[in-house]
Amino acid sequence: MTPRARRGVNVLMSWLAALAAGLVVLPLLMIFAFLLWQGASAVNLDFFTHLPKPVGEVGGGMANAIVGTLMLLALAAVLGLPVGILGGLYLAESRDRRLPWLARFLADVLNGVPSIVIGIFAYSVIVLPMRRFSALAGAFALAVIMLPIVVRTSEELVRLVPASLREAALALGIPQWKVLLRVVLPTARAGIITGVMVAIARVAGETAPLLFTAFGNRFWHQGLDQPIAALPLQIFAYAIAPYDDWHRQAWAGALVLIGLVFVVSFAARLATSGRFTGVR
Amino acid sequence: MAVVAAVPRVEAQAAPRNLGDQVLRLVLRAAALTLVLLVLAMVVSMVRASWPAMRAFGWRFLATSTWDPVAEQFGAIPFVYGTLLSSLLALLIAVPLGIGAAIYLAELAPAWIRPPIAFLVELVAAVPSVIYGLWGIFVLAPLLRVWVQPALGKTLGFLPLFQGPPYGVGMLAAGIILAIMVVPYITAVSREVLLAVPTSQREAALALGATRWETTRIAVLRYGRSGLVGAILLGLGRALGETMAVTMVIGNRPEVAVSLFAPGYTMASVVANEFAEATSDLYLAALIEIGLLLFVVTVIVNALARLLVWSVGGPVKAVRE
Amino acid sequence: MKTAWLTALALLATSAFAQPAAAQTLINGAGATFPYPIYSKWFDEYTKVDPEVRFNYQSIGSGGGIKQVTARTVDFGATDGPMSDEQLKAAPSELLHIPTVMGAVVATYNLPSSPKLKFTGDILADIFLGKITKWSDPKIASLNAGVSLPDQPIVVVHRSDGSGTTYIWVDYLSKISSEWDKKVGRGTSVNWPVGLGGKGNEGVSGQVKSQPGALGYVELAYAVKNNLPVASVKNAADKFVTPVIASTTAAAAGAARSMPDDFRVSLTNPAGDEAYPIASFTWLLVYRDQPNELKGRALAKFLWWMSHEGQKYADDLLYAPLPAPVVKQIEAKIKQITYQGKPLLAAR
Repeated sequence: MTPRARRGVNVLMSWLAALAAGLVVLPLLMIFAFLLWQGASAVNLDFFTHLPKPVGEVGGGMANAIVGTLMLLALAAVLGLPVGILGGLYLAESRDRRLPWLARFLADVLNGVPSIVIGIFAYSVIVLPMRRFSALAGAFALAVIMLPIVVRTSEELVRLVPASLREAALALGIPQWKVLLRVVLPTARAGIITGVMVAIARVAGETAPLLFTAFGNRFWHQGLDQPIAALPLQIFAYAIAPYDDWHRQAWAGALVLIGLVFVVSFAARLATSGRFTGVR
Repeated sequence: MAVVAAVPRVEAQAAPRNLGDQVLRLVLRAAALTLVLLVLAMVVSMVRASWPAMRAFGWRFLATSTWDPVAEQFGAIPFVYGTLLSSLLALLIAVPLGIGAAIYLAELAPAWIRPPIAFLVELVAAVPSVIYGLWGIFVLAPLLRVWVQPALGKTLGFLPLFQGPPYGVGMLAAGIILAIMVVPYITAVSREVLLAVPTSQREAALALGATRWETTRIAVLRYGRSGLVGAILLGLGRALGETMAVTMVIGNRPEVAVSLFAPGYTMASVVANEFAEATSDLYLAALIEIGLLLFVVTVIVNALARLLVWSVGGPVKAVRE
Repeated sequence: MKTAWLTALALLATSAFAQPAAAQTLINGAGATFPYPIYSKWFDEYTKVDPEVRFNYQSIGSGGGIKQVTARTVDFGATDGPMSDEQLKAAPSELLHIPTVMGAVVATYNLPSSPKLKFTGDILADIFLGKITKWSDPKIASLNAGVSLPDQPIVVVHRSDGSGTTYIWVDYLSKISSEWDKKVGRGTSVNWPVGLGGKGNEGVSGQVKSQPGALGYVELAYAVKNNLPVASVKNAADKFVTPVIASTTAAAAGAARSMPDDFRVSLTNPAGDEAYPIASFTWLLVYRDQPNELKGRALAKFLWWMSHEGQKYADDLLYAPLPAPVVKQIEAKIKQITYQGKPLLAAR
């Protein structure tokens, strides 16, 4: 090939690659534009403060579902984060032989397990024994989905803590557990928070595992052992229904949900960009 | 990035010296064990719950295509077929785009444009499944029905793939939605893989007078090949298990049809639709067996993918999805 | 940063653990989508009758209602296909069928300018068996002289979930067509020969509404409230009858006179000139012996309310109210509901 042709190929391929990148992000822009166009008109005060209306009646809101989703996320975080962060710390620090390898492998396996399968699991271990659909069962399912993400990011971040830091602390005669909890974890903090937020953003929109765990609720939540409304469930129910007003509300709900997910994602970004630069 | 693996661990004493260390060690080990036990419990509970179906149908479950709750005859073929076809279709679209975008982001794009685009790609992955489904029902399906499918039918209608009435919803819609959903994973992981390729590889090619693209093709892509395959497999794993968006646009019909216009069904969506309402024990067991099957397949695909991605970047990286 | 975040988390978590200020009794139910419009109206109105009780009803399909009430994961179920004897036997204790309203399952379609169509049971069976595939088929055309039918494939839409609406529809087709009875049969989910699946009456009407050339079956209310056309169907007396409240009530005339004690009765293809042939009662499924006194009493009270005052909402939502003799029978049934052997609603 002549140098000219080679330069031509170079330019062509650069453009093709740029086009591919454009096509990858295009659906995001399309969906966002459509959400704004269809959903913005239904996002009003009622939407955030009212309960759903009976079938086919116009009006009402998704207040209970918004609160429900926030509660499910908080509860899932309470259940999943301690195990996840400590597990990550273990993976990064332990010199045991088999368990770290197995745990790391299973974390990655769990990360790939479809969320619907985790829903089945939560149904059999929580819903059936409790004889009730409940917020707890939904939160458990979400916690299981969060777990591997938190474990692996925590591990990664703890590993990034410079060895010199620990050595300095250990050299001062501080016991190892104090070094881990007081030096290593705080240093990795920003990064771990990012991981946690990524995990929360990931499960915030999960619908499939909630179908037969959290179950949905037309009213405000009545306690953890009772069914609870969730935004993704409500969007799903409204989306497949034939009522135009419900479609509008589904779009509005989607707008709120995506807003929530993006805000958490942005926050995760900010948390890393600030103090701990070697992370990404 | 590549420094990661090189960080040495703390060389500690052979035995923990004080109580605090022992307690912490126990707590940490318990956390890791919880994870292991959780996965074990998942497998055990699913095997147990699907046992009646395994006993009733044995391997026939995988070899028959009748799904008849009235006669209690259950075969998984239509769901396996639908899952595979929709995922392959998705990969067909997503792989060139995803790897192309990754190449752009890792090699060819001007430096200032890389972070914002990488962030947008992350956001594509962050959009919840149910929202893709919503968009699929109200935007994609009508678009396919009115424009795309009639056009395809006219031009390529001699192929059995593009025959039949244009419903909008169906295998094609599911494949496209899945492609949109997995492409950011493929892009992100491929980008990590490409970035993990040592700079010396590039410098060598550039020094020989290669253009940017030639460097990418000769040095980077070849070096990262197995990692890229891993990235694709990770995308496949996602596609196989994706539930809500697919359920909303695939048409939910257990049938093995050649045409991409025809409705289909996937393993994940049959569970989502029928799990809460399977009235007999055998029916429920059959659904859980489908869930178990899905579990096994995704575990295999993901395990393969990990090994391949690890082969380029090392085991610590590549959790970013 | 971290502290703020943790505080927010802690706040949310405590709010999650805190019980709501006014402790209300929440009674969970699940099942049929067919009566969902009226049930959600009832449960909404009933909050004014008894503010202490909330009924949370999820319309997941009749199959789901039967399954979940049998697993005791909900306090009551709802179905419009009566439970079979085996299913009743599989339940942990005796379940009662309490009829609530009657409704018609209608054939609805999406054709240009929504013409009024007529069908016979045979033609519907042939369409759902995949033997008639085009709207312009001579069998349909000869019944509907004067209607211009497009040369377009019929997109059959059916339920993807376990459904009592499906049960009523296939129960009717089984009675009319021996081929249907042999090949497909009756059930809340069946092995469909053709078509697209939609989730719930909501999903099927949604599909029909958006899919040109579609033909599906839904409860009358779903079709009318969404401005979808409904077909008239030939009944056992060879008359074409449009599904309306009156023809649904007429379908129950015979059954109302000789209602079996457990209320499990099929109304499809009844005798009578006025009777619409694809109608049914829809039932709530409640345990005769309630496991919880508070909930049991609230449930019994609600059943009483819905079979009396509640019936006035039926007309508006296009359901046929219960015939008076059936209400009398239901009263007796509600009084049989007990908690540990003691009737919950004895003194009335």
